[in-house]
Amino acid sequence: MAQQTGKTQVGTWIGFVLIMLWCLFPVAWIISLSFKSEGETGAGSAQFLPKEPTFDNYKAIIDNPDFTRALINSFGISLIATVLSVIFATLAAYAIARLEFTGKRLVLSLALAIAMFPVVALVGPLFDMWTTFGLFNTWPGLIIPYMSFTLPLAIWTLSAFFREIPWEMEQAAQVDGATSWQAFRKVIVPLAAPGVFTAAILTFFFAWNEFVLAISLTSTTSSRTVPAQMSFFVGPDPFNPPYAQLATASVIVTLPVIVIVLLFQRKIVAGLTSGAVKG
Amino acid sequence: MAAIEMKNIVKQYGDGFPAVNDVSIDVEDGEFLILVGPSGCGKSTLLRMIVGLEDITDGDMVIGGKKVNDLAPRDRNLSMVFQNYALYPHLTVYENIAFPLRLANKPDSEVDEKVREASKTLELDEHLERKPGNLSGGQRQRVAMGRAIVRDAEAFLFDEPLSNLDAKLRGQMRTEISRLQKRLGITTVYVTHDQTEAMTLGDRVAVLKRGVLQQHATPRELYENPANLFVAGFIGSPPMNFLPAKVDGTKVELPFGTLTIPEDKAAKAQGKGLLIAGIRPDHFEDASVMDADKVSDEATFNATVDVVEWLGNEAYAYIPFEAPPEVREQLTQLEKDLDGESMRTQLVISLDGASRIKEGDEATIWVDARKLHLFDPSTGENLTMDADNAGIVPGAEALAKAEEVGKEQDAVDPHAATT
Repeated sequence: MAQQTGKTQVGTWIGFVLIMLWCLFPVAWIISLSFKSEGETGAGSAQFLPKEPTFDNYKAIIDNPDFTRALINSFGISLIATVLSVIFATLAAYAIARLEFTGKRLVLSLALAIAMFPVVALVGPLFDMWTTFGLFNTWPGLIIPYMSFTLPLAIWTLSAFFREIPWEMEQAAQVDGATSWQAFRKVIVPLAAPGVFTAAILTFFFAWNEFVLAISLTSTTSSRTVPAQMSFFVGPDPFNPPYAQLATASVIVTLPVIVIVLLFQRKIVAGLTSGAVKG
Repeated sequence: MAAIEMKNIVKQYGDGFPAVNDVSIDVEDGEFLILVGPSGCGKSTLLRMIVGLEDITDGDMVIGGKKVNDLAPRDRNLSMVFQNYALYPHLTVYENIAFPLRLANKPDSEVDEKVREASKTLELDEHLERKPGNLSGGQRQRVAMGRAIVRDAEAFLFDEPLSNLDAKLRGQMRTEISRLQKRLGITTVYVTHDQTEAMTLGDRVAVLKRGVLQQHATPRELYENPANLFVAGFIGSPPMNFLPAKVDGTKVELPFGTLTIPEDKAAKAQGKGLLIAGIRPDHFEDASVMDADKVSDEATFNATVDVVEWLGNEAYAYIPFEAPPEVREQLTQLEKDLDGESMRTQLVISLDGASRIKEGDEATIWVDARKLHLFDPSTGENLTMDADNAGIVPGAEALAKAEEVGKEQDAVDPHAATT
């Protein structure tokens, strides 16, 4: 890297700036929109920076009990779905990576098939089932389908990680006096931590951003999540949606995602296993 | 600390692959036992059966007077050093060494005391807070040993611990392991394919071939009284020379000339037809550098030296010879069993460093005929073995049995090369 010539460095920076603009411009636009007053967005003005920056939108949305309730629902449902999904996926992936059993390939292919299944196709049947079982418009009513859609990906990701961990690590732990469970918990899981966090982030994002099921399987704010709740921000005039309010909600919804990525990023340290064995 | 007794241990894998066959070895309390053999001889499998990572198909594993066949590894209280060290990369060196104690729920003060003691022994003090990823190969090796010695295990098990180190470090660690074992006086089983490690470290050495025990004896006994062709060829570097031989009275006819051997040896080899003679390279000498009174015509021959490798303190001379087909076949097979390439039949001779023999010279070579061994070419058995000084030899059929097992193994898995 130290040998890099000036030319390639300039090129790298130009590419870097272009990509950043491409990715971050819409985000910047939403942020700027969230600081504009309703009058300004309604007037159809297209300038980037707000003329009179205001926090009114934020105040309004935080005072809106429907929105705060939706935030709580979103957090609760996503977190529970993530935690359960990661726990199940870790156990399943460990079994798939370590044990030889008949039907192993079948389990893996089935998991993949589930992941490929379009969500929309399940809305009708799920709606019927959930109303019958009394799960309609409840937290579990969303947590269960979220888990079933995120488990396959989590299992695939984690079993790849487990396969990378040398068998000897576990055997060493057993010789050192660990039970199978202790070996799993104290050696295998910490080593697979990057995989666990990757799976957790993927699951959390899916549940946090999911819209189709959230709008179809809920009817009141008692379990409606933020993406679904946002579709109810219509304002008084159906031809003039409250853009500023929507943008503000989007910003607030995006913040936790960014925070979580930044938090977990530190955990996803590549090459954690280096040094375990000779290599 | 405890003695380990292996009684008729058998290991057969699910696909029918017979990895270990009816092996019985006693390891005395405090003894350093080496399991040695070429790759695929079942030595690692045997070790893993001792520690409990591999199920025992048949036979009894007794540690400290207690049968442990069905005990989990954690209940056997043994400690093991793995070939690739298997350190926990997410823990510091300190916590790696402390791991077995933490599992045993020992109080922090005791953990600290024992870890410090182990780290002092292994000179790891300045590395305690580092992660294994930042250590060199030799340091990782020492951490793995620290983890083994930190608790009061019944025995140490080593699975080719030095094979990942470079030659110089390997020599240092070898003496280190030896010193440590002597000091702690703990029963040790050590697996290696390196005959130098086997000779230098072991109180006793068990030589395995294709999962069959060939000989279990002290290094000296193995070197001086190998039970069969396989052991003779495996132990010693450069390896023993094998030559076609015909015995008539006390005269042995070799490709280079005729030697006179002691009567008791000759008596054991009468009327057997064509035999294989085994002579170690060090039992030859350049007649011109020896005292004249030691050299007699009956023990010398003349030969043209093909290649000379001079090493300073000694020199290796190579003399090619022709072997009859029946002997050559046996030698080619032996070479294969020892993981070697079958090369031309040649004699390797270790000469005194003072010898002036050059390539292409016709030299007079002296042979110590008393040290000559005679092997039966069909069974590989050593006919001239001094049974009183050969340790435990499972029987003349050991080599033949290994052949049989080898065929079974090949039938299950033609590419079997597990260690």
